[in-house]
Parts: sequence; C-alpha cells; structure tokens
Amino acid sequence: MEKFGYAQSQKFDTYASRLMPRKEFFTSGHRSCQGCGEALAVRWVCKAIGEDAIIAHATGCMEIVSSGMPQTAWMHPWIHVAFENTSAVASGIEAALKVLSRKGKLKGKMPAVVAMGGDGGTTDIGLQSLSGAMERGHNFTYVCWDNEAYMNTGIQRSSSTPYGAMTTTSPPGKLSIGQHTQKKNMVAIAVAHGIPYVATANPSYLFDLYFKIRKAIETPGPAYIHVLSVCPTGWRSATDLSVRLGRLAVETGVFPLYEVENGRYHLTVEVPKLRPVTDYMKPQGRFRHLRGKELDFIQRHTQAQYELLLDKCGASYPEFPMIPPPEEGQE
Amino acid sequence: MSKPWDQVTWQEIEVGGVLTEPGTARNYNTGDWRSQHPVWTKTRCIKCGICWTVCPEAGISEEPDGYFDMNKYCKGCGICAKECVTGCISMVPEEE
Amino acid sequence: MSAKAHRVGMEVSIAVSHAVQLARAEAIAAYPITPQTHIVEHLSSMVANGDLEAEFVNVESEHSAMSACIGMCAAGARTFTATSSQGLALMNEILFITSAMRLPIVMAVANRALSGPLSIWNDHGDIMAARDIGWIQVFVENGQEAFDHTVMAFKIAEDHRVILPTIINMDGFILTHVVEALEMLDQETVDKFLPDYHPRFYLDPKNPVTMGAFAMPELYTEVKMAHQVALTESYNQILKVWEEWGKITGRNYRPVEHYRTEGAKTLLLMMGSLAQVAEVAVDEMRENGESVGLVKPRLWRPFPFNDLREAVADAELVIVCDRALSLGGAAGPVLAEVRSALYPLAKKPAVIGYTVGLGGRDVQPEAFKEIVRLAQAEAATGPSEEYFLFGVRS
Repeated sequence: MEKFGYAQSQKFDTYASRLMPRKEFFTSGHRSCQGCGEALAVRWVCKAIGEDAIIAHATGCMEIVSSGMPQTAWMHPWIHVAFENTSAVASGIEAALKVLSRKGKLKGKMPAVVAMGGDGGTTDIGLQSLSGAMERGHNFTYVCWDNEAYMNTGIQRSSSTPYGAMTTTSPPGKLSIGQHTQKKNMVAIAVAHGIPYVATANPSYLFDLYFKIRKAIETPGPAYIHVLSVCPTGWRSATDLSVRLGRLAVETGVFPLYEVENGRYHLTVEVPKLRPVTDYMKPQGRFRHLRGKELDFIQRHTQAQYELLLDKCGASYPEFPMIPPPEEGQE
Repeated sequence: MSKPWDQVTWQEIEVGGVLTEPGTARNYNTGDWRSQHPVWTKTRCIKCGICWTVCPEAGISEEPDGYFDMNKYCKGCGICAKECVTGCISMVPEEE
Repeated sequence: MSAKAHRVGMEVSIAVSHAVQLARAEAIAAYPITPQTHIVEHLSSMVANGDLEAEFVNVESEHSAMSACIGMCAAGARTFTATSSQGLALMNEILFITSAMRLPIVMAVANRALSGPLSIWNDHGDIMAARDIGWIQVFVENGQEAFDHTVMAFKIAEDHRVILPTIINMDGFILTHVVEALEMLDQETVDKFLPDYHPRFYLDPKNPVTMGAFAMPELYTEVKMAHQVALTESYNQILKVWEEWGKITGRNYRPVEHYRTEGAKTLLLMMGSLAQVAEVAVDEMRENGESVGLVKPRLWRPFPFNDLREAVADAELVIVCDRALSLGGAAGPVLAEVRSALYPLAKKPAVIGYTVGLGGRDVQPEAFKEIVRLAQAEAATGPSEEYFLFGVRS
C-alpha cells in the first residue's frame, strides 16, 4: 500500500489507520519515556516525509533518545551538529544538493531536506538560524517538536512554556505562579517571514499531521510546522493520556490546528464550541498549583486568542504575502 | 558494533563516529522497562489499526489474521488501551 | 616550474579567492567580518557571474556559517569559508564538532585581534584561542603562500587517509590587503593536481548513515583517540602533498622553514608575515657579524615536534616572538608550545619569549634587533619575568 497515493497529497474520502504506510522510519528501541507524545509525532512525520529525505536534527530529547552510539533509531540519512544551528545545517545541505544536482553529481531525484528541533532549539536558541534560513528561502521544511519546556535537560522553562506552567526554572512559590510570560507565537514569526506554508499539527490528529507534512515537503521554499508534543514526564500527566491530552488541547482552543498558505489562514480542524480549558489542564500536574484567578485569566486569554485566529481566517487579505520576483540571469 | 560498548577499541570506531547502519536501535529491548502490558480481547476488536497508529514505540504489530498485538518493544504506557475505539484492550500488570 | 603559470600583481585576498575558484569549491557559506571580506566578496561576484559553479549562502552569523558548511560538506560538496577574530570566536563551538565529525572543510582565517577592546587589526589572538579545535592549521607569510596553501588545503583535507578540516592563517590587512606579485596557476594544472571530491560518507537516502551521535563515557575516549591519531598522522600526507606541489611549481615548503640559520647561536622564531620583517633585521644583524638566524614554523597543527627540535638543535638561545598574549599564563602561546616541545631534550637552548605587534601595532626591523639585545641580556642572567610585552609604553 505504501506505493499508492501516500507519497502524493491526494485527498481521500476515508482515512483508515491500517492503510497508512507500514515501514517504520523511526524504529523501536529508542529510549523516550513511556507515553512520549513527541516520539509518536516523530514516528509519523518520518513516515510522511518518505524515503527520499535528509534530516538535520537539533540537540534535544529526540536526538538523545535515538542516537546514542553505537545505536540509531533513524532509517533516514540523519545529521546532528549542535543545539541552535539545525536550520543552518539544513541550509547547507540544501545548497549542496542544488550545486551537486547542477553539476550532474546527484544520483536519482533531489531528496527533501527536513530540519527538526524542539521548542528550546527553535524558539529560543535556534531562532536566529531559523530566521536566516526562512529569509534566504531555502527549499526545506522545519518541524518543531513543542513539548513546552527544555525537557531533555530536566524540565526547564522555554519561551514556549505556557503561562502558569510549573517547570524547574519557573517553579510556583510564594512569589510566583510559575511561568509568567505567554507562549511565544512561533507560527506568527514564521508567517512574518513570508514563507509559503506554515501550519500547526498534533499527533492526536494523525491524518491532519501526515498530510500537512506532505504539503510542506511538496511546497517549494521554506515551510514550518509546529507540532504539539505531549510530555507526560514534564507535564506530570498519566502516560496513557498523551493522545487524549493532545486532542483536548485542540478541543479547548489552547492549540488550534490551522494552516497559513501564502499568508491566508484557515482552520483544518474546526471546533464549533470550545471546551473549558480546565478540561485540558486538570490532568496535568504542571498546572495543579493554579487558582481561580489564574485559571480565569487563562480561559479568557485562550478564548481571545482563538477569536483573533478566527478573525484572521476570515480576513480578506493575506498576511506578509511574498510575490515571486522575475527570473534571475541576464540574457 | 556487535561487541559490548565498553570493549570497543578506538580502531574499530568508524571515521567521525558515523553510524553506518540505520535502525540499530532495534537491538535494544525497551520491553524490559514495562510494568504492565496490553491484552486484546479479540471478540471486541474491529481490526481498525488505531492502536498500531498511536503507539510511540511502534510496539504493536499486525498479526497474519489481521488482529494486532504488542511486540517486544512495548514500554507499557497504556495509550493503546486508552485510545482503542471499542475498549477491547486492557492493561495487565507484568508478572514478577 | 610549470610553463602554464602566469605572473600577476594582485591583492592577496583576491588571490585566495582565485585559489578557491581554481580548486572548484562547490559550496560557500560566509558572513562578513573585516578583514576577510574581500575574499568572500570576490567569491560572491564570481558566483554571480557564473565564473564559479557554486552555491554561495549568505548566512546570518559565523556560527551559522560553519554550521551551514558542515551541512554542505556532509551532503558531499567541496566546501570553503573564511572568517576572522570575533567570527572565529563565535563559531568556536562548531569548530570542534567539524573536526570530530571529520568533514574536510577549508577555511581561510584573516588573523585579527580579539575584542576587547575591539580591534580590526592584525594579531594572532583569534587563532591562538582555537588551538585545540582539532583542525590542520598552517601559517603563510606572503601572497604566493596564501594562494599555494589554499589550493593544497583541499587536497590534504579530502585525502581519505586524512579527512580533516584545514585552516590557512594569513595576517589580516598586513597580508590580506596588500598587492603582491605572485604566480597564478591555470585551471588545467590545478585540475590535474586536485581531483573531484569523493567523500567517505555523505548524506544519501540510498545509503542512510547517522552523523553526530552522542557518546557515553565508555566510548568518548576512543573516539577522541581516533581523531588524535588522524591529526598527528596527517603530517605524512601533508608533506607528500607539499612535495608534489614542489614538483609542479618549484616551490618547496617545509613544516618549519629556516632563514640563515647556519651556525646561528641565536635564533628568532615566529609565524606569519612578521617573519618577512624579521628577515630584514636578520640580514642587517648578519652583516654586523652577529650570529643570528630565523626559524619560521609553517605547520602549526599537527605540531611538527621533530622539525622544530632539529631547527633549533645547534642554537644557544631561541627568541620566540608571539603575536598573541595568553593572559595570566605562559605569555605567548607559541612560546609555551616551543618550550614544551624542547623540554624532553637533554640538550636544549634557552628559550625567551616576547609578545609583539598586538592589535596591529607595526613592528619594524629595528624592533627585532632590540629584542635580540634584550633577550641575550635576559638569557645571561636567567629571565627576570614570566612574560615580556615588547614596545609597551608605560
């Protein structure tokens, strides 16, 4: 079944789990925690990108659990260099593939270039290299595994940690409610670079994730996908709830699923009536210390952000559209 | 490297520490970690394959008869049991 | 001497770009920093005009420059970049990774002082802060050498017995921005000398490898040993390539160069273009009947222990002139390494060191004569200080 259809973004009327590609590109034997939502996401993204791809990966949970010498869980050609430079490494790979192809040295078709990094390696330390790569317009896809903290080093806060969350460097205490800033809007930053495709995704909505990755790979130029990665260890949730929590994140409006194609927003999973955010937050120990005042605020804030997003989806003009310039080269 | 790590000599390491064989993580049995494992009640299973899709370990495999079962890598997280549409999977403690 | 070489007068930076062009570099990622800029500007212009079939990526920092170079080289392209000073310092973490991953990237470093205070002028502080990065490193003293060693660097780096990134150090402004007469080779000669790049490993979906895996304590030492052996043994291949170049061009390079060292009791020792000034001083001192010579280490990493010991074997005093200062430590980096290299010998010369020319301060031949006088006085009584900073006004 792998041969038909799943390597091209055809639209299907029925999505059936058992018809998805069977070959594992992120093999068993990796050492993620039990119930790791990020590992589930990686497993499916690797299937979606297909065999003809090269992966550049940042330091982080997924890199560590998968690439301890002498073992590797990756079936793709894969390179890890450092924490903050994945996009730069990917830029280099993409540039080399272009020149090797022009010189006739590339055998077979041009592989897709995929850069992967956690929220820390993307929104914090990796922001510069990502911004550079997007601005230069390299033909690559960036996938951010957002487990909302520096989980690999022991659950420290990142700029992706949501308001009120407990982490070891934003602990609640007599003088603190935990993280006191809002999650950095990485999707908006990507959109502001005028790149052709940006999306949010979530392994709890598997087909949505799968086909968004396909679209990103097939879109020429930079593409950015922000993937919510439930982390039972860091979020202090039960290991069997990882898929359920991902769904609740969408159903409460905390992590809406949408695409931005050439600056035009639209939801890919519509939630006509949002559930209260406490449905999502209660099963997570990292929010346990929050009281009425904070929970109220989070509910109002989430509602307001969701409405803003709906506005953008209904907008009559695109944000930061890029009009392609004329062909280069003097005749 | 088939030798135990702490016996590998410097000459046996590939140039640049490159791992030339993909997917060798499969040599590591993560099943040792689990304290519980999933059991399918086949009479209620509709062979939809959702359990197979939601396993972070690829720890569930399809049997020849189309049903699904855990393989040796299962870490016992319980996501499959939670997500099963018909509720035909229960988590059972490992015998000690 | 090749009949197909032609003599040109050219700014040394531009000559380096031509060397990169002749070497058919395929991928360049660079970030501007004085005084390396002319090298990458000219390369950029070559690419824009189709004179060099390469991808030129304007990265957003030097850290990204070296990272992008890693990606380029790992994907199988012949890769080059250039930097100086703060740029070299910024990419520092990645430099160690480049060599550990055994990626044969060639980099020109236009040596410039490190901040603070900020200085755009020449000294060796930038590269001396990068001694342990595990790259092959050479120093050149004039435009011809800058051209020659840039071309040769690709051949040395990419050899399957070496596979190590290589740095060519050239003094910023003092060398990079001067116009010199030099012999440029033609494409055919360079093509014969330097074949296509054939990586040992590269990122290829048809043969997937994992690069950059992490190492537990049980493995780290062995991986570093492999790297250490590769770097120290690259010495053999480096000499072979230099020998081959000598046959093609008539210019024979040695790991440690000698200038009028026959019978010299006192030897000056330094690297880079400062040596050209010292040669003038040595000539004048020799004319005066003084027994003075000059030793010029060219190969810095792997350190040429035997060549150095041989070069100074008959001297009574070696005066190391560092263009860098190791604050709070053994004064000059070259001083420390020379002393260390000579320490195991039963019979060894006295070694005194002076740090000169920091931050681009001009050093005239007179200075070396003064340094010789001062050093001889210090040697007679035993050095009075741990460090000497020559020419400081106080």
